[in-house]
Amino acid sequence: MSTVTPTTSDEVLAAVQWALAEEAPLEIVGHGSKRGIGRPLQAEHTIDLSKLTGVTLYEPAELVLSARSGTPLAEIEKLLADNDQRLDFEPMDYGPLLGEAPGRGTIGGTLAANLAGPRRLKAGAARDHILGIHAVSGRGEAFKSGGRVVKNVTGYDLSKVMAGSWGTLAVTTDVTFKVLPAAETETTLIIRGLLDDNATAAMSIAMGSSAEVSSAAHLPERMAGRVLDGKLGGDPATLLRVEGFGPSVAYRLGQLRQMLGNAGPLEEVAEEASRTLWRDVRDVRPFSDGSDKPVWRISMPPANAHHMVLALRMQAAADAFYDWQGGLVWLRMEGEPEAELLRALIRKFGGGHATLVRAAPAWRAAVPVFEPQPTALAALSARIKAEFDPKAILNPGRMVHSPDSATLASAAEGAMS
Amino acid sequence: MSGISMPKPDAATLARRAEIVADMRIIVPGEGVVDTVNEMRAFESDGLTAYRQLPLVVVLPETVAQVSRLLKYCNDRNIRVVPRGSGTSLSGGALPLEDAVLVVMSRFNRIIEIDYPNRTVTAQPGVTNLGITHAVEQDGFYYAPDPSSQIACSIGGNVAENSGGVHCLKYGLTANNVLGIEMVLMNGEVVRLGGKHLDAEGYDLLGVMIGSEGLLGVVTEVTVRILKKPETARALLIGFPTSEQGGQCVADIIGTGIIPGGMEMMDRPAIHAAEDFVHAGYPLECEALLIVELDGPAVEVDHLIGLVEAIANRNGATTCRVSQSEQERLTFWAGRKAAFPAVGRISPDYYCMDGTIPRKELPRVLSGMRALSEQYGLGVANVFHAGDGNLHPLILYDANKPGELEKAEAFGADILRLCVKVGGVLTGEHGVGVEKRDLMPEMFNDIDLDQQMRVKCAFDPNHLLNPGKVFPQLRRCAELGRMHVHRGQVAFPDIPRF
Repeated sequence: MSTVTPTTSDEVLAAVQWALAEEAPLEIVGHGSKRGIGRPLQAEHTIDLSKLTGVTLYEPAELVLSARSGTPLAEIEKLLADNDQRLDFEPMDYGPLLGEAPGRGTIGGTLAANLAGPRRLKAGAARDHILGIHAVSGRGEAFKSGGRVVKNVTGYDLSKVMAGSWGTLAVTTDVTFKVLPAAETETTLIIRGLLDDNATAAMSIAMGSSAEVSSAAHLPERMAGRVLDGKLGGDPATLLRVEGFGPSVAYRLGQLRQMLGNAGPLEEVAEEASRTLWRDVRDVRPFSDGSDKPVWRISMPPANAHHMVLALRMQAAADAFYDWQGGLVWLRMEGEPEAELLRALIRKFGGGHATLVRAAPAWRAAVPVFEPQPTALAALSARIKAEFDPKAILNPGRMVHSPDSATLASAAEGAMS
Repeated sequence: MSGISMPKPDAATLARRAEIVADMRIIVPGEGVVDTVNEMRAFESDGLTAYRQLPLVVVLPETVAQVSRLLKYCNDRNIRVVPRGSGTSLSGGALPLEDAVLVVMSRFNRIIEIDYPNRTVTAQPGVTNLGITHAVEQDGFYYAPDPSSQIACSIGGNVAENSGGVHCLKYGLTANNVLGIEMVLMNGEVVRLGGKHLDAEGYDLLGVMIGSEGLLGVVTEVTVRILKKPETARALLIGFPTSEQGGQCVADIIGTGIIPGGMEMMDRPAIHAAEDFVHAGYPLECEALLIVELDGPAVEVDHLIGLVEAIANRNGATTCRVSQSEQERLTFWAGRKAAFPAVGRISPDYYCMDGTIPRKELPRVLSGMRALSEQYGLGVANVFHAGDGNLHPLILYDANKPGELEKAEAFGADILRLCVKVGGVLTGEHGVGVEKRDLMPEMFNDIDLDQQMRVKCAFDPNHLLNPGKVFPQLRRCAELGRMHVHRGQVAFPDIPRF
């Protein structure tokens, strides 16, 4: 076991070439804040990118920022905030959910995990804001894709392939993101007391209106009490965030009040409290309980997801809350992950995918952490992996069960029975 | 046809043409196979009309099963395939090959589902971009990306090209507005990427498919996000004595935290051509004309207009008019939207370029372009998606004068080299296609291009789908897959180890 800590992209290249020559699997790590996500790895060696740091280009008027991939996300967010800008996709922080300290994580990890936040429907995820990358493939070759301008269709968009690839295709050394102005102000309108089906309808009406709601979430009974230091109380809370210039926010809130006035009692939370509220939703505070009870992250058509949750609850004990107008379900199981049951219900109620983002290592080895793909698509994904990393030296087995991790998985299954 | 060489036609395929046509008629019965020279003429070029080539045969399938059978048939027999939507590509993406089956997707023209609770439309790929908006506008919704060819271009073609439009700084490109596709691989396999939900369960193959220019698969269904129409939109028409001032105004608008729905700039030749054509009331004495459109609730638009006016005046605007009616807003746009045909009036032919640059480099690029214009003896007019730095120089030439097309192309290539030199890219929204194919090495080295080609190998290992586009030279997948690693010969990395 050894750890390599490169400080330049040339050193990353040299390290990957060495590993390739030795056919020695590598674990790719930034801060390690999301290390607990994915199938457990047994890599002999580690590339620690936390010293490959620094913002290399930031031009607020051009709306672009480039940084070495190990640069702390917190440092970048601070720099942007100082210039009244932000990463519009609002990357979530898995720290609290996974029992780690909050505020860690690198910009490279942000891309590798394709992070997003409550603004996902309106603003997109990391994949929608990445403009260009430099990376070292598992072939031991340094390549680039994209550029540093906000509009570019030159060649294949390999930057997007890096988004959500969890370090299994290439080691990203430099990233360029589109950045955007921060909103002048924000207020959250809260509808109280709605059951999941009515909340879904209300969120759909709000997001489908010209009030430009930037985020819509629903915290069912008990979940609402676990955000904003319990200040909301336990009654169900359906949250609608309105951001922008002061006069516009006031006007649009008025529109929403008119539209949804009969739905239930209305409350407002503004400015810092609103920001904290959405950070708590984003970072899954209701399930940041210090336990390793299984937590699923489920993406479905927004109007359909609550049917799936209802059906699941007939057969298994689970808590749930919704972001993305209902399309992102955070689900905490009381007992086992129930992967097959859950995934069958997702297919039944309109499709989507479920990722087991928290579970004990034995479960993560035994259950497919990422949604299994249909045969032809799985084969295509495997071919993509092979074209980037033919010797499977980068985070092998983290996303899909690979032949060399078979022994590990069967050992884990044995441990579970 | 000018200097670009296309893949050498396969003699065996050409020799078997009659047999292939007969088999196509079995796969796609009825009227779906076109094989006479006269009828195939309609398909010999796309929006890049300088390039023409008759295909082997034209096939217009109607079902996914037909597309699948057709591709598998061609894959098994090593026959090349070129997919085509409406044929509006400005980079030659749908240019036929002599030995390739041209698969035209225009009969896939149905809207499959409109889902308001999830705000999605699922359509067949031959539906036009504007057709999607038309299907939902009675309920106040629209599809945001609006390439200027939106009346004709197909949504499948938009996926292939990752099309943009004047509103994409605020609302994103095709890649940001498509949720899912169904596609057929060259081996006939049907694959679904995404759906009505967000993000991929595995690798973001949707992200790489969008903008892949028809080299990876044939799209048979597209699911897009629709948006509620903004309550109102108003525009400002702002004239500046210099392009520097215009550019600074754009930077200051964004620096103030405003992302306008649209922000377009025109240079003096473009202003004059447009004004002569549509009489939009453009000021003729300025060097740069800026149209800034703000959309949203009326109260927001009014608020922002005040801010933008102040910024414009601070930057030395000589005219600044605010649209007072919908009619006036449309008049402001009329000149910009007619800029291409307007330039077509003052020159027998024009050649439209599509580089993107860091916006601050605009003055340097414009002056470089003036120098090139003198050097080549050809005029140039510029329209510019100012918010995102996407430049459309229109090079004026006369195709009937021997050598002028080649001169225009050389001029265009020099402009794109200049864009790359200042930190920009070859194409912002029109695609690489045939047109900019041989300029790819200006931006990418062999390793970069090889890695892109390896992605192609994962989808189409025999390079049968749309060859001759995007990549200057397609290298065989077996060759690309070869590794040059030798145990012990790689220097042990001299880096900190713990």
